[in-house]
Amino acid sequence: MIYEVFRQERKGQPFQHAGSIEAPDDHFADVYAREQYGRRGESAALWIVPRAAVLEIDEFVDELDRNYHRVDGYSLKAKLKEARERAGTAAAAPDS
Amino acid sequence: MNEQEQQLLLQIADDELILGWRDSEWTGIAPMLEEDVAFSSIAQNEIGHARGLYELVARARGTTADELAFDRTPEEYLCARIVELRLMDWERTIARHVLYEEADATRLERLKASEDAEIAGLAAKIDREEAYHRMHAAMWDERLRGEQRYLRALDELRPLLDERDGHTDELAELWEQMTVVRRSVPGATW
Repeated sequence: MIYEVFRQERKGQPFQHAGSIEAPDDHFADVYAREQYGRRGESAALWIVPRAAVLEIDEFVDELDRNYHRVDGYSLKAKLKEARERAGTAAAAPDS
Repeated sequence: MNEQEQQLLLQIADDELILGWRDSEWTGIAPMLEEDVAFSSIAQNEIGHARGLYELVARARGTTADELAFDRTPEEYLCARIVELRLMDWERTIARHVLYEEADATRLERLKASEDAEIAGLAAKIDREEAYHRMHAAMWDERLRGEQRYLRALDELRPLLDERDGHTDELAELWEQMTVVRRSVPGATW
């Protein structure tokens, strides 16, 4: 069985996907996850989740067909460049 | 550190060194990739524990950990028979692991209570890693407890835990492999 392992580096931080492990049951998954992601002080906590328990969504309906509703629909870079040129600070921009 | 304490630490160090070598023989060929990582890491820990123990004894004797670990003859090692065997079947490997960790835990508890602060400190440090080894051993023990092959292996190996009079031929063979590089260039420092 494949388990997905999420680790929290320090208390209070968000859990992030660390990798996956294969184990015959929860007990083995616990021990192997500790070995690979926890026993050297690199994690404050682990979440070990059977892959089958993860609900995955990887397709989204573009229900409005209006690109300005999407984060990539509006070119901030171009607007920023214009604004910088107006303000005369173009040289300060990291990459333009 | 008195002579008796030195002998005891040397005995434990030899156990850990030889078992570390034997366990490492599974590296690359363990039953599952995750187990390969876990068991190899346990093997490496054991050799690290041996190093710490040899260093303590070496200081008391005015020698080095390397000399204690590799420059004695096989007959001079104080390890138990159980760690010497080359076991390339999983049921006996796990049976040895389970038996050894149980005995090692008792021994470490005594060392942690030692009046010698250095010995007690090293034992406490070793025990923190051993806690993981015990967890790993308990996991396999629970998994295999219903298997006849495993139960037979436990019965076969249990008497060898305290068997320290004389050595198996397997120790001499392992010693050849273990010291071949060191013996090839006498006096070299690595």
